[in-house]
Amino acid sequence: MNNKFDIFDILVGKPEDPDYGNKPVIIQGITGNFGSVHTRLMREYGTNIVAGVTPNKGGQSFEGIPVFDSVKDASKTFNAKISGIFVPAQFFLSAVKDAVNNGIKLLVAIPEHVPVRDAMESLEYAQTNGARIIGPNTPGVIVPSVNKIGIMPSQPFKKGNTAVFSRSGTLMYEVSFYLSKAGIGQKIALGIGGDPINGTNLIEGFDLISDRDDIESAVVVGEIGGDAEESLVQYIEKTGFTKPVVAYVAGRSAPKEKRMGHAGAIVYGNYGSAESKISSFSRVNIPVAKRPAEVPSILMKLMK
Amino acid sequence: MKLLEYQGKELFTEYDIAVPKSYLARNQSELNQIIDKVEYPVVLKSQLTTGGRGKAGAILKCANKEELVPKFTELLNKEVKGELPKVILIEEAVNIDKELYLSLFLNRGKRTFSLISSSEGGMDIEAVENKVIQDISISGLTQSSAETIAKKLGLSGVTIESFSNIVIKLAKLVREKEAELAEINPLAILKDGTCLALDSKVIIDDNSIFRHPELRKYLQISELQEQAEKSGFSFVELDGDIAIIGNGAGLVMSTLDIVNDAGGKPGAFLDFGGRATTETIYKALEVISKLSKVKAILVNLFGGIVRTDLVAQAILNAYEDGMIIVPIYARISGAESEKSKKMLSNSNAKLYDTVEEAISSLMQFMRMSK
Repeated sequence: MNNKFDIFDILVGKPEDPDYGNKPVIIQGITGNFGSVHTRLMREYGTNIVAGVTPNKGGQSFEGIPVFDSVKDASKTFNAKISGIFVPAQFFLSAVKDAVNNGIKLLVAIPEHVPVRDAMESLEYAQTNGARIIGPNTPGVIVPSVNKIGIMPSQPFKKGNTAVFSRSGTLMYEVSFYLSKAGIGQKIALGIGGDPINGTNLIEGFDLISDRDDIESAVVVGEIGGDAEESLVQYIEKTGFTKPVVAYVAGRSAPKEKRMGHAGAIVYGNYGSAESKISSFSRVNIPVAKRPAEVPSILMKLMK
Repeated sequence: MKLLEYQGKELFTEYDIAVPKSYLARNQSELNQIIDKVEYPVVLKSQLTTGGRGKAGAILKCANKEELVPKFTELLNKEVKGELPKVILIEEAVNIDKELYLSLFLNRGKRTFSLISSSEGGMDIEAVENKVIQDISISGLTQSSAETIAKKLGLSGVTIESFSNIVIKLAKLVREKEAELAEINPLAILKDGTCLALDSKVIIDDNSIFRHPELRKYLQISELQEQAEKSGFSFVELDGDIAIIGNGAGLVMSTLDIVNDAGGKPGAFLDFGGRATTETIYKALEVISKLSKVKAILVNLFGGIVRTDLVAQAILNAYEDGMIIVPIYARISGAESEKSKKMLSNSNAKLYDTVEEAISSLMQFMRMSK
């Protein structure tokens, strides 16, 4: 695990950077259905999309954005460190290699249904080459009022001082919507992804914000499956993470051994159960909301 | 995809992991074909996806030919946790000296595969104290590291080689078939010191099936499931009578919890994914309409980018076509919500601004209709 990796540094940059808050982004799979719709929306939000990549469509352009056959070709003209990956799952691994080989340091991996073996190989490849993946099967990452790389709607998010980390897309929107409505904006909202293997997990999310003075609190939207929440609690115990944290865990009423929509949302025995996660949070006095709508009021009580 | 025991054992055989000599029978006539080939005693094992078969009486010993037919019939008609077997595995009994536990599984937190093994097999591994747990490389597991595990378990003689061979073959299976879990419990040590898999539990990564045509024959999905998947939906049938539809797996799970907290019993989970168009909502309602147990439908859409009038139109169409009769309670925040409320004012559907309000009305209806 690359602990020194600062997602903010890549996504937003430092105030002295000439392109501070306007970092160039490449979209892999820009001409696809999904890729094109969201390229338009990301651009409207202020994301600086400089190039697109679709194999065999090099030379075309999408709404004024030049399209290349590969990141390798695009990187001859554009020096981007961020890529949004919108390719179909079966092309994911090769898209990752193309990006990592050609200067991309932060890969936001949108596709759902990436095989675990490909995800593991991608993560290993990225890590060996000093790059970081968010996802796969993530809605992406948004720094409200700066940029967004992903498929999240922009309306729920408002600029502010909390950080939202979510294993579910719509719940990230839902919880951020309630937070914004209650006057609690977000410095960052990051989708961990609904798959069993995540390029950026909850611990790495917390590591990113632990030393930042401009982030006062954190919200964790967890769900059944795996042990990401339990590991986060161990991390919080070990590092003495002090910012107020509110958690929510979806899937309390889900039956065992049934995959609830997300590839990673499945309980085996007690492994991955909501009870295990909720009792872990309780052990370190992190309150767990019963409904998404409760999150803001619980957080406000902690902040007093 | 969780394989049935015999399917997992077919993979074991392909990878040269020893299993007992066995036969499969789906019905009486298939049983008749093997009844004279079998060497008694045998063990009859109901092929179910649910665990705990032993305790549920779905595994029966059978000493002779005379017992075979009645016990076979008993198992074929024995329901365990709502599941009836389609096939019974008939295995010849073996002489067991000792039972071990062995599994390889995807360790999600560590992003690697881990091995768990124990010299106490045949029981729930969570309850076992003496076990070896270690990360392994499923592509680069060597004979010597496998033998080290065998020695840690206190194995000796020919068993060391036999056990470590199985570990290596199982790792190969996990790698090549893209399994998330491959468990042998119990792994028997026979009188001659060699190892043999008495049971199997193999779970294949669903997202990798596209490149495993050889495993497709094991896919066991209902017609309804298939219809839902064709439309790109995630669908899980549950025990209750309230169908829950939404956009996003997490949101639907969360809605399930809130309904459950309010005393409702969810009967279906349906996540229709990213696009809320008239067509997708109509198709989602079509899937639900095939479940006769459903007494009410709850729709929870995270809005923002959803045009609620498109959703309202789908609901209207579903009622007009007579596809849906039960009431629909919908939380749809988004554009055009006033217009949508008007569109549905004469229908059996109601729109709400929050999911809590929608659920509270739904529960009122459920109580009244009892």
